[in-house]
Amino acid sequence: MSALYLLVGFSLLVALVFLGAFFWAMRNDQYRDTHTPAMRILFDDNSPTSTRSQESPREVSQ
Amino acid sequence: MGISPQISDIRETSRKELCFHCGEVCPDPPVETGGKPFCCEGCSTVYEILQENDLCRYYDLESRPGISLRERQNRSGRFAYLDDLALQRQLLDFGDDSIGKITLRLPQIHCASCVWLLENLNRLEKGILEAEVDFLRREIGLTYAVEEIGLRQVVELLAGLGYEPEITLESARPQEQKRRFERLRTRGATQRLAVAGFCFGNVMLFSFPEYLAGPGELAENWRTFFAAMNVLLALPVLLYSSTEYLGAAWQSLKQRTITIDVPISLGIAALFGRSLFEVLSGSGSGYMDSFTGLIFFLLIGKLFQRKTFASLSFDRDYRSYFPLAVAVMEGGEERAVPVADLEVGQTILVRNEELIPADCCLHSPLCRVDYSYVTGEAEPVDRGRGEVLYAGGRVVGTAAEMTVVKEVSQSYLTRLWNHEAFRKEEGEELNQMVNAVSRYFTAAVLAIAVLAALFWLRTDPGLAVNAFTSVLIIACPCALALSTPFAMGTATNLLARVGFFLKDPGVVEGLARIDAIVFDKTGTLTTTRSATPEFVGRSLGAREKSLLAAALRNSTHPLSRKLLQDLPEAEGLEVGDYRESPGRGLRCEVDGQTVLVGSRQWLMESGLSESELPEAPVGTATFVVVGEGAPGYFSFGNAYRSRIGSLFASLRYRFDLFLLSGDNDRERERLLPHFGDAARMHFDQSPTDKLEFVARLEREGNRVLMIGDGLNDAGALRQSAVGVAVAEGTFSPASDGILDADRLAELPIFLRFGRACMWVVGASFALSIMYNIIGISFAVQGTLSPLLSAVLMPLSSVTVIAFTTLATRLVARQVGVPQ
Repeated sequence: MSALYLLVGFSLLVALVFLGAFFWAMRNDQYRDTHTPAMRILFDDNSPTSTRSQESPREVSQ
Repeated sequence: MGISPQISDIRETSRKELCFHCGEVCPDPPVETGGKPFCCEGCSTVYEILQENDLCRYYDLESRPGISLRERQNRSGRFAYLDDLALQRQLLDFGDDSIGKITLRLPQIHCASCVWLLENLNRLEKGILEAEVDFLRREIGLTYAVEEIGLRQVVELLAGLGYEPEITLESARPQEQKRRFERLRTRGATQRLAVAGFCFGNVMLFSFPEYLAGPGELAENWRTFFAAMNVLLALPVLLYSSTEYLGAAWQSLKQRTITIDVPISLGIAALFGRSLFEVLSGSGSGYMDSFTGLIFFLLIGKLFQRKTFASLSFDRDYRSYFPLAVAVMEGGEERAVPVADLEVGQTILVRNEELIPADCCLHSPLCRVDYSYVTGEAEPVDRGRGEVLYAGGRVVGTAAEMTVVKEVSQSYLTRLWNHEAFRKEEGEELNQMVNAVSRYFTAAVLAIAVLAALFWLRTDPGLAVNAFTSVLIIACPCALALSTPFAMGTATNLLARVGFFLKDPGVVEGLARIDAIVFDKTGTLTTTRSATPEFVGRSLGAREKSLLAAALRNSTHPLSRKLLQDLPEAEGLEVGDYRESPGRGLRCEVDGQTVLVGSRQWLMESGLSESELPEAPVGTATFVVVGEGAPGYFSFGNAYRSRIGSLFASLRYRFDLFLLSGDNDRERERLLPHFGDAARMHFDQSPTDKLEFVARLEREGNRVLMIGDGLNDAGALRQSAVGVAVAEGTFSPASDGILDADRLAELPIFLRFGRACMWVVGASFALSIMYNIIGISFAVQGTLSPLLSAVLMPLSSVTVIAFTTLATRLVARQVGVPQ
């Protein structure tokens, strides 16, 4: 049963590592901007040539 | 093309093409480039630049993402001041011999295309090494190679694409420090919450064996071990996470007031002290799970209360409006000088659309100044040589030279910020309701605890201490403290969705208590878009209108331009003998008829007698004589926002309404029905007058809501209980809330919603006190087990959070807040 002392200690240590990771992320401004990275996902295609703008029909409105 | 010219003509007039770049309606015919229609040369130029550099994906990500360049100023040398190295140092985040880093605010950023283009700037300009956009803050962080490109070229590149950075006097202030402080504060709050959450979770796990095990099932050594672990884990919560509450309670006791922090701190002390005692003496396992849970929930509430809107700023003063540099004339040469270094006696040159940075004396013979933002005067005014021009006015039309007579900080307008109203810290009024309740609450809890202790003291002294601490523990007003942040926080989110942004959730409470409303006129009740001019006198025939239009086309005066918009095209009319006296009027012959346009004075000098001219309000009338016809005049009235009538009709019964205008009183008659009493309307008010007026109302016991828009309202906005800035453009002065101009008519709903929110808070107070009564009934008997406390505390917190959040949403629907 005394192995439990060790296990409790280890599990707490593991949890502390995660807490430390969170602190590191906070201090490195990982949470400063949570919106723009989501928009950048759209830009994965880096080919500079455009397809749509070459042939897009003129749109008209009232 | 089988379409006959006629039919295609009809199509052209009924349907208008949209600019491929910015989406605005194109003129007929549109500017064409590469087979695509554009509204102006500016837009098509940007398109060409992007196409040359293979950046047309800009147009794929979003349709018509561009920023219209039709109204941009494109005077070269506009950013020449950025070449100044001392100024650069003030703006740069970092700079050395090889690279420069700068953060610029680009209010035009609005879509994914913007982000994409701005982050690919290095394809356009090799000198830019790195570009990163923060969409919510509307900021771009740029790193550039100093040898290849200068700061001025970087800014010119951005402006050329339509993203003109906002560089004001404010940009040069030591911002970094302020920003870092703000960031550390929010970071601190999150970290405190993280520590509390971490410890809470682990303490819960270590407490479970005790709760789950039957009597005697848990070996003594394990029990001690878990209890010790709990104390160990509770220490960081006490010493780090809960410091804000303990500190605030200490502060309020020093000031001899009781805020909600006092009973909370009592609870914290009782919880931790008793648990520590139980563990050390071996008499029990303590309430560490309740303790850590309490702090965890409280901090969630705190975080909710700190809700901010990244793209908005609620603390802007004149510095965010004033330019960073101005052109100083020295021996006929122009030199850019930082506005902050401007000295009395220097001669400056202010061009069309630029701001006058300090009180000045005019040199040029004539200057037209738009003061609408600083004094509230609706129409631009003409000033002559030798007259004083106040800081903050915007020069319209031709450039003007002037001599500085007062330093920037001592000018007519900027002096307002030296007033004492700007020195006192705001925010002590928040949480009024909960603090008022906590005064009685603390007294009641202490009384019950003492009585319970006295009761048990005769029979069982041990139980007396037990009962005393139990009452303090269970009565810790966690739920009470959570109801306000969650109700107000939800309300703030709901209001933000419809265009009413509050500085912090506490403003909702302020809104609920309002009993007087003070309105500004120009820019608040009226729109900044100018009204259609109204012709007074014998109505003009079609022929006369054409003649007038032909004459006006030669004039660059803003009023001429405005009049022209409503006049028919005048093709093929010969204009001869054209004479214009800038700022006063014009005279010419069109098709054999004499056309006279201008001020009353101008017409009299041109040979008309005073009796011929109709009476007209001063300053706003442009007189017109066409041929032999009788004179008439165009009146440039104010354009009021839509639904102003119904706004006042629904506000009048509940609130005292006042009008404070910096403008003259020619709109008095028109506004009188809304305010009901001429004594409630004050015109020709200086910025300080407005501040003093609001201060007087508050001294008389009113709680004032000030609604304004300009820098001249800044003092009143600050002085009032709640100051709301109506925003149409990008700038709004320091305030407690920013209201989208289109939503002004919904103000009565927002105020009703504020009051309804206070009912929700009141109801949740009742709910949490009910929990307290249940808990206290156990506590006074000395039978509050750690398990009961560990269940009751989170339960009450969670139900109160759920209740306030849901009830606030329900109430929002009830009072008609648009969803």
